[in-house]
Amino acid sequence: MNVFDSLGIALTALRANMLRSILTTLGIIIGVASVIVMVAVGTGARSEVDRQIASLGSNMLVVFPGSTRVGGRAGGAGTRLPLSERDMQALREKIPGVVAISGLLQGNGAIVYGNANWTTSLMGIHDQFNEVRDWAVIEGRGFTPNETRTAARVALVGKTVIDKVFNGADPIGATIRVLNVPFQVVGVLDSKGQNSFGRDQDDVVMIPMSAARGRIVGRSKLVNDNVGNIHVKFDAATDLAEAQAQMETLLRQRRSIKAGTEDDFNVRNLSEFMRARTSALTTMGWLLAATSAISLIVGGIGIMNIMLVSVTERTREIGLRMAVGGRRRDILMQFLVEAVALCLLGGLIGVTIGVATAAVVALSAQWPILIAPNAILMALGAAALTGVVFGFFPARRAAHLNPIDALRTE
Amino acid sequence: MDLSSRTDEMGAARSAPGLDARPLIEARGISKIYTVGEQTVRALDEVTLSIRLGEFVAIMGPSGSGKSTMMNLIGALDVPTRGAMELDGRNIAMLSSDALADLRNRTIGFVFQQFNLLPRTNALRQVMLPLLYAHPRPADADALARHRLEQVGLKDRMDHYPSQLSGGQQQRVAIARALVNNPKLLLADEPTGALDSKTSEEIMALFCKLNSEGITVVVVTHEPDVAEYAKRRVLFRDGRIVEDIAQPGFLGRAAE
Ligand SMILES: Nc1ncnc2c1ncn2[C@@H]1O[C@H](COP(=O)(O)OP(=O)(O)OP(=O)(O)O)[C@@H](O)[C@H]1O
Ligand SMILES: [Mg+2]
Repeated sequence: MNVFDSLGIALTALRANMLRSILTTLGIIIGVASVIVMVAVGTGARSEVDRQIASLGSNMLVVFPGSTRVGGRAGGAGTRLPLSERDMQALREKIPGVVAISGLLQGNGAIVYGNANWTTSLMGIHDQFNEVRDWAVIEGRGFTPNETRTAARVALVGKTVIDKVFNGADPIGATIRVLNVPFQVVGVLDSKGQNSFGRDQDDVVMIPMSAARGRIVGRSKLVNDNVGNIHVKFDAATDLAEAQAQMETLLRQRRSIKAGTEDDFNVRNLSEFMRARTSALTTMGWLLAATSAISLIVGGIGIMNIMLVSVTERTREIGLRMAVGGRRRDILMQFLVEAVALCLLGGLIGVTIGVATAAVVALSAQWPILIAPNAILMALGAAALTGVVFGFFPARRAAHLNPIDALRTE
Repeated sequence: MDLSSRTDEMGAARSAPGLDARPLIEARGISKIYTVGEQTVRALDEVTLSIRLGEFVAIMGPSGSGKSTMMNLIGALDVPTRGAMELDGRNIAMLSSDALADLRNRTIGFVFQQFNLLPRTNALRQVMLPLLYAHPRPADADALARHRLEQVGLKDRMDHYPSQLSGGQQQRVAIARALVNNPKLLLADEPTGALDSKTSEEIMALFCKLNSEGITVVVVTHEPDVAEYAKRRVLFRDGRIVEDIAQPGFLGRAAE
């Protein structure tokens, strides 16, 4: 009797009790499906986080005005010293490894094109912003340094804005009114999709820093050259932690902050911040893994239970097989194969459900659908192993029946 | 080819009944004692019995006299509590469970009162079953099974399931299954117990024919009519043999 004979017997037995077989494998189905979903959601989420990190721009540090302290001794928002063009200039000149640097003023405002009206996110930027943030201009051109300085009335528009207000017209060269001031569109921005908070990053209009100052955010009483946040891109060789320390020292000096007093600014590495959030996802992945392990164990107990029932129901058959020459190991193999086949049946159903669920999750979260064949093999392997582990005891019990007692059973 | 050569060999053994052939079954003072709670039941009590190759023996006796117990020991399905049981020259108490399985597979064919066919399995596959457990496994299992089904007159019922066969036909399938691995010994415990008298006669005639071809047959039965077919009759009572006689006028003679 070889494995294929055993498999044939097992399939006949399973088919005879189709509904029972499927209900029995429910634990396995759930276990396997959650393994598949876990791996798919885990890799999907990770690739999404990677994409978001990439969309922030690589090798980048951001300087925010204000202290990290929430509340505390630092005065009200009105008294905090903004970052200025001169701060930016100093960073560009004194910090080694800077490739590109740009301020960013952010706000919201209405834009009008023809009779289309749309409220969008407005950004005031320097000419190097697109380089700092790896945010390419795919049509037309970006700003020139001169345009940034002279408050030229030029604008870059995102894909969503084009869809909402241009209605098929060519945006390049068109004039739009931004906060009631006419700007000429000179470039179209590459699409970036949603950011990690689900906001559409393509719903944006960018205008030169000098044109935005005082429009997007009110003029600062403390400096007349407020640049909002400063985004700094470094070359690949630069150690960002070291660069961060140098920037802090330089800015403390420039802003005359006494030793022992807190910074009134804040330098951050945003991709580090994003990665920290990934580890939360990893924790969730482990939780799901524990869930699937538990349901495989519970499922395995279900398998053991039904195999014991099957052995009892078929005691006469076992006796007969022994009477015609079946050895113990033949009987053992037969029931072991049956348990494994049962688990693999559940495994296949679980894979189907898992793949479908993962696809739905990925579609609704707009992630790429990432289902590794390895995950499927791993899940089926786990199911088969469950069959071997939990099928062994019932199979052994069958194999050690006394032929004559087995034949006599009613 | 294998089949015919086996038949010749058997035929040779049968044609010299005077020369005492080596006993196929040799029971020496065997007892089988069951303990149920406080009570002990002597199902067999110091039974000595010898059956040679080519014999056709009917075992009779009242209910509970130990007939089935004896058959189970002869069939190596069970071991005696005391005494020695030799089958084909081997003491079954000395054999491992694998060796016992092989012995049952090679040497013995069982026919049961309740047929004991597998559900959801067609006649051909039922008959092939012992060959699946054979070592080495014959390459032409399918052909051997077909041959045996033809021999028991079920040429056109190969694809039938047990539920699609009459009782007599089911018992024929069971007989074909018992024969498929060329056993020396055919053991039947009340093979006609679930059949009507006409079908019983057909089954017994089949046993006579098989015996005339050289197979040793041992049949347990309650019915004197059935026992008439055997060459020898052994009567059990209370776990002992009380009568052991040759039946010169056995019905099987007609088949020879
Ligand atoms: N497994 C067992 N446990 C206890 N007692 C048993 C067992 N098997 C058989 N016996 C007892 O052994 C005795 C002989 O039983 P056996 O089955 O051999 O009788 P039998 O001659 O075949 O009877 P029948 O003609 O009714 O089939 C009976 O008294 C029975 O109760
Ligand atoms: Mg009996």
